[in-house]
Amino acid sequence: MVKTSVTLSGLTLDNPVIPASGTFGYGYEFAELYDINILGSFSFKGTTQQPRFGNPTPRIAECTGGLINSVGLQNPGIEKVIAEELPRMAKCFHKPVIANISGFSVEEYVHNCALIDTQPQVGIIEVNVSCPNVHHGGMAFGTDPACAAEVTRAVKAVCKKPVYIKLSPNVTDIVSIAKACEEAGADGISLINTLMGMRIDLKTKRPVVANKMGGFSGSAIFPVALRMVYQVYEAVKIPIMGIGGVSSADDVIEMMLAGATAVQVGAANLVEPFACKKIIEDLPRAMEQYGIQSLSDIIGGAHQ
Amino acid sequence: MVKQSLFTILSHTRLTDSMYRLVLSGDTSAITAPGQFVNIKLDGFFLRRPISVCDYDETTLTLLYKTVGKGTRFLSTLKEGEVLDILTGLGNGYDTAKSGDRPLLCGGGAGVPPMYHLAKVLLAEGKKPQVLLGFNTKDEIFYKEEFRALGTDVYLATADGSYGTKGFVTDLISLTGDYTYAFACGPIPMLKAISDAIHCSGQFSFEERMGCGFGACMGCSCQTKYGNKRICKDGPVLQKEEIIW
Repeated sequence: MVKTSVTLSGLTLDNPVIPASGTFGYGYEFAELYDINILGSFSFKGTTQQPRFGNPTPRIAECTGGLINSVGLQNPGIEKVIAEELPRMAKCFHKPVIANISGFSVEEYVHNCALIDTQPQVGIIEVNVSCPNVHHGGMAFGTDPACAAEVTRAVKAVCKKPVYIKLSPNVTDIVSIAKACEEAGADGISLINTLMGMRIDLKTKRPVVANKMGGFSGSAIFPVALRMVYQVYEAVKIPIMGIGGVSSADDVIEMMLAGATAVQVGAANLVEPFACKKIIEDLPRAMEQYGIQSLSDIIGGAHQ
Repeated sequence: MVKQSLFTILSHTRLTDSMYRLVLSGDTSAITAPGQFVNIKLDGFFLRRPISVCDYDETTLTLLYKTVGKGTRFLSTLKEGEVLDILTGLGNGYDTAKSGDRPLLCGGGAGVPPMYHLAKVLLAEGKKPQVLLGFNTKDEIFYKEEFRALGTDVYLATADGSYGTKGFVTDLISLTGDYTYAFACGPIPMLKAISDAIHCSGQFSFEERMGCGFGACMGCSCQTKYGNKRICKDGPVLQKEEIIW
């Protein structure tokens, strides 16, 4: 009998599989398809202080091995999330959730995190300093070590729950940013968010998405994400949630060998709504195939 | 309720230069209303391809689709007996309860297919749908005889005047008798023109580039008078009264 459970900052998950923010909504659509309580946890849609419609459409462009999105943090705002979505989520998901929090200023991050920190359903706060689809916010905080540290320090000062900082891959040196977050008190690191990309329609000769550029995700980015998880694991002691192009149980194991304690599944959910269920069901088989008794034993195994 | 299942191609026919009819056998139990769509996985393409349902019964699904890009061109090469992974039961579809006795069914180009099953449902409810179809040119007309075979009144317009009334679907409204409601699917300028032309309420089906097709990604959101909606999950059919043109 293989053991799939892992522990993230004191929170024990039945398995390391976590749908990534923005690809799973608040879980309702998937709860109609399967019992989402099989998940380790899930990271709900990125939340800002004010309600946001997001960017103009089209917001989606197809790529080889993935897609570009420029949704732009569409969400009903932190107050509605707490008043309406969390109670509704509690009906279909009974484990601690990961609250993905965004902001346009340090003050907004602090405000949102302080509010969400009081919610018993929330197990981990994932602070998104890496959204590529909003201007003057999001990724701007995650591309500079000092800024990332400032957000981390400010948020940590108001949160009792573990705080993970979700990093952008659109930087020269992700290791320095991860280290800055760790030094500022982050409990963990989530990486990576989407890679900035674009497509141009050959018929109209214009960018496909209305916002011109967007975030590229999908199986094509897996090697990039894996490399960054590997590099950051060598530099920090805090746990890592590995994200980027994961679409199979084998990918989960590979990401954990690189250094991830848990693994988020993003774009795969959009094209294969049962992706996480299939990965979780396939994990024991994959573990047996590769001679793994306990997943928590293999974290960072590739570094030895 | 969304369902993922495998469908086998029973027949695949070219109707015009760019329109194809795909008849599939499989489990259609998740399809609950005319105007819903399915999302098809294609080998070598990351995103599924959303296609409106033209017709279905317990065991077969008929899709008419236009080749617009690499994905649909690849789809057009598939042969009888090949198997497709399809999500069914997507979208809200048309609600026929409000249609009155004589609804207009307005389809433009690639927006024509969902009108077919809608016409069948309305006829089965004892109503008298009047079908108005618009195409660019005579060569692009499809399903004219199929609609007529249902026993409905069918009016045709072509933009270049090569068949039927010269002009658009809206130019056909004056040719019909009294009408009680309008159902429409087609390009947005056509939908808006119909909305402006009719003296009654209606339901309009919209298209948008989608990520997932089942409400998870917020890729296809739009703003309405009743708040933000996802074209794939809360639509594709919107009520005339809520649409912000």
